[in-house]
Amino acid sequence: MTTTASASPWEELVTSALLGTDRRTPPAGTTPAGKDTPVALLDAAALHTVRRRAGLSPAPPAAGGTLPEPAPHDGRRALPLPARRRLVQLLADRSGSSGSGGRRGTAPDLTELLPQWLAAANEHGYRAPASVLPALLDAARARTDLRTQALTFAGPRGLWLARLNPEWKFALRGGSAGSTLPDMEDTDAVRKLWEEGLFAERVALLAGLRAHDAGAALELLASTWSTERAEDRLMFLDSLRAGLSDADEPFLEQALSDRSRNVRSTAAELLSALPRSALAGRMAARAASCVAMDRSGAAEAVIVVEAPHECDADMQRDGIVPAPPSGRGERSWWLGQLVEAAPLSVWPDRLGGRSVREIVALPVSDGWADELHAAWCRAAVRQHDADWSRALLGTPAAPPSTGPGTTSPAERSKLLSALPDDERAAWVAEFIAAHGLSEAFQLLGVCTVPWAAPLGRAVVDALDIARDAGSYPWSFSGVMGLAERCLSPEEADRLEVLTATPDEQEDASPGAGGYWSEAFQRLVSTLRLRAAMHEELTAA
Amino acid sequence: MVPLSVVPMLLSNGGTAPASMDQGVARWAAEQVLSLAPDNASRKAGSKLGAAGPWSGAGCDSSGAVWGLCKGSGSKPYQTVVDTTGPAYKCSCPSRKFPCKHALGLLLLWACDEQTVPHSEVPEWAEEWLSGRRSRAAAKEQPGAGPGAAKSADPEAARRRAERRAERITAGATELEQRLADLLRGGLAATERSGYGLWEETAARMVDAQAPGLAARVRELGAIPGSGPGWPVRLLEECSLIHLLDSAWLGRERLPEPLAATVRGRVGLSSAAEGPAVRDRWLVLAQYDSADGKLTTRRVWLHGRASGRTALLLSFGAAGRPPQFALPVGLMIDAEVTPYGAGRPRAELGTQFGPPVAIEAPPPGGPCASAADAYGQALRDDPWLDSWPVTLTGVIPVPDGTGWQLVDADGGAALPVAAAALTRPGLWKLVALAAGRPVTVFGEFGHRGFVPLTAWPEDMSETVPLI
Repeated sequence: MTTTASASPWEELVTSALLGTDRRTPPAGTTPAGKDTPVALLDAAALHTVRRRAGLSPAPPAAGGTLPEPAPHDGRRALPLPARRRLVQLLADRSGSSGSGGRRGTAPDLTELLPQWLAAANEHGYRAPASVLPALLDAARARTDLRTQALTFAGPRGLWLARLNPEWKFALRGGSAGSTLPDMEDTDAVRKLWEEGLFAERVALLAGLRAHDAGAALELLASTWSTERAEDRLMFLDSLRAGLSDADEPFLEQALSDRSRNVRSTAAELLSALPRSALAGRMAARAASCVAMDRSGAAEAVIVVEAPHECDADMQRDGIVPAPPSGRGERSWWLGQLVEAAPLSVWPDRLGGRSVREIVALPVSDGWADELHAAWCRAAVRQHDADWSRALLGTPAAPPSTGPGTTSPAERSKLLSALPDDERAAWVAEFIAAHGLSEAFQLLGVCTVPWAAPLGRAVVDALDIARDAGSYPWSFSGVMGLAERCLSPEEADRLEVLTATPDEQEDASPGAGGYWSEAFQRLVSTLRLRAAMHEELTAA
Repeated sequence: MVPLSVVPMLLSNGGTAPASMDQGVARWAAEQVLSLAPDNASRKAGSKLGAAGPWSGAGCDSSGAVWGLCKGSGSKPYQTVVDTTGPAYKCSCPSRKFPCKHALGLLLLWACDEQTVPHSEVPEWAEEWLSGRRSRAAAKEQPGAGPGAAKSADPEAARRRAERRAERITAGATELEQRLADLLRGGLAATERSGYGLWEETAARMVDAQAPGLAARVRELGAIPGSGPGWPVRLLEECSLIHLLDSAWLGRERLPEPLAATVRGRVGLSSAAEGPAVRDRWLVLAQYDSADGKLTTRRVWLHGRASGRTALLLSFGAAGRPPQFALPVGLMIDAEVTPYGAGRPRAELGTQFGPPVAIEAPPPGGPCASAADAYGQALRDDPWLDSWPVTLTGVIPVPDGTGWQLVDADGGAALPVAAAALTRPGLWKLVALAAGRPVTVFGEFGHRGFVPLTAWPEDMSETVPLI
């Protein structure tokens, strides 16, 4: 450390203190005279220190006093006070140790209620209280399932805040950009954002415009299509899924010749969902040539299947993947894809004018039944066809392993999604009444919340039966958790009787009665809490 | 100073109805309840109990009492009572935490759910404890009946004890002076290698000398050499202030009495709150805990509406266990507060008259320059002050490189946010609350910068603790 002649007295003191007064005596005049040197130095330093602190004055502002842009105004209404308190409570429990297994006690699991609360608050059009925004963004950062609702609720102020903290970068990656989108009628602004925006903003813009005016969105996309990168093209193409119509066909048909294989197959998939498209027609012809009624004069009607022998270039252009996954024969692999992509409307005519239900019930020769039915299931899901879904699901009371279309709960839940809400709930209710809860979890997952009355009753009855059968409640923890979140709060009163601890039965598992009572108490208290939550949000 | 906003503002929630004020008792906000939790585990457990499920027979009354029966794992429900004026808690559960999770759950329920905790008659089981507690509180008010009378039983012995202690402190201060002089002779650079050991040993000597104030200061020196660029300056500053305190103690007979009292306090001699008591409507500005070695110190800042005074209440708990005493931030209590001495903020809370109520406006404040002024003025009475409580009005939080500033709305001047506050979640609450527009902030300002503690948005819709 060197000192120059221009060093201030304070710097002189620091230098001497650092090196030691034995080695460097502070220059004359910097310390009071008449004392031992170290003491004199400390005297002078104390004087400097207190004087400097007492003389502190505000600093000049950063960036020369130009203040950053304040957050945009949020016109939504403020939360009612009780709802605000509830939100704080739900967020405070966010890091709770729920889901760690074992006993869950009788208190509601607040973490599980946050998504519902956010969805309801957004439906009512409330604005997030400013002081809660950091906790809300932290919650959304930790749980991706919360993000969309949390960011909608956080609104423009949340987005403004997220820009200032790198930990909340996820908020800027799109999905939530709804609040920053221009007016969809303002073509210039839309065009400008489309040409200059970040990828996430463009995806959000395209989705927004698609919802507003499907044709305009297609036009916008087509205008820059050839210049987009392959992975971007794939994402943009995906956003055409919403509002897909025959008007999109020419564009999609063109995309079948795209350079990227993923783009080609997505285009083919979209076209196959348009029964009147040329691709659907080509697929119908190919599929029909493989599946027919047996004309060999057998006594009963049988479907015969002749799987394709090759996968030619035209088929590949239409999105058929030639190479099967390992363990599958290539001919059955091609057949499955053809049937899946062919419009379902082709089959009644092709198979002797039969109804859908009759077709599904027909026997199939040479063990092709599973393959064919599975392909029809995929087609019904893709084309969102309620008739075919209904027929393939069969009657709910039939044993689950003998269904006509599929026996997998995952496939069934997809088929159920094509049915109207009431019918879906009724089907699942009947299924539970006949078979209990052990295979009902995924089916319940696709039912509309809150559950319709018949469905709710079926679930509660099944739980009651399971309890009487003497099993432990945690064998049903998945369904219990769903019931806490999805059962209509109006059921709470009816459930009250189940919260009592019953007398121990001889054949029951030890202590099960107490655990069931606890589980039902939690169910009731959660339902009450949900009712209170919704009431707080409605009151205003 | 700037003109202060004295226009009464209604506590409103952005256009909705004012906070529920049944017969004068403000139900607290959930944050206020959770701020009473002794630790994180209690906060979580309490949150889980803050729903109607396990509760029955819950109620509250206009005196600030809240009670309820909580179903636990046993057959008999726990009986939980809270006197929110204390606040004080009573629960039949075996937990040794105060407040226990049942008390927290009950208060949360009371805060959030007016149907489950309605206004009603105090049940017998709760009444017993409540009336016992209140009569004890009243008895404490009787002058002469407290332990103070017993203490002064032998004034002569007490005087001799005090003299002996002063002698030991004098010996300690003299030794410390010698050590500081040796240090300066050899150079501060040597301390970079010696680590904490040197200071710990010196601090232990000061503990032996019964000067805990000196010991704490010396112990803090140990962290400075590892605190990054500029440490020699900070170390010299702190050494010189210890030297100043030593010299002040050794020459205390020549100091004016208020300054001598400050020196006695800084060295570590305890004193009693002397009064006179000030009755006022005290706004609870902030409450936070800090761990100082073996002790947890809880600080509660109050602002007197009529007197304009700022008071600091201190309470202590063992390490890791927060003190029982707590007040709800953002509410106002009608109470007597006894200061420890003129010009010093430390005070003791006396009688409370009625339960906490909602506030109408934040405390009056000023621009950035007023905070620097206030700290400078305070240093005249106590040059060892690290910071001073100030309220800033019309300031905007603005990012400044890796840190943050609070900038006057006209963009004229700014205060840096202290490094210690940059990592706290409260900073983001402040930024969110302001959203780039002026807000009112209470905090501590000193040579390390501004530590924001509480903020009020422009529409006064809420009080937001930033700790």
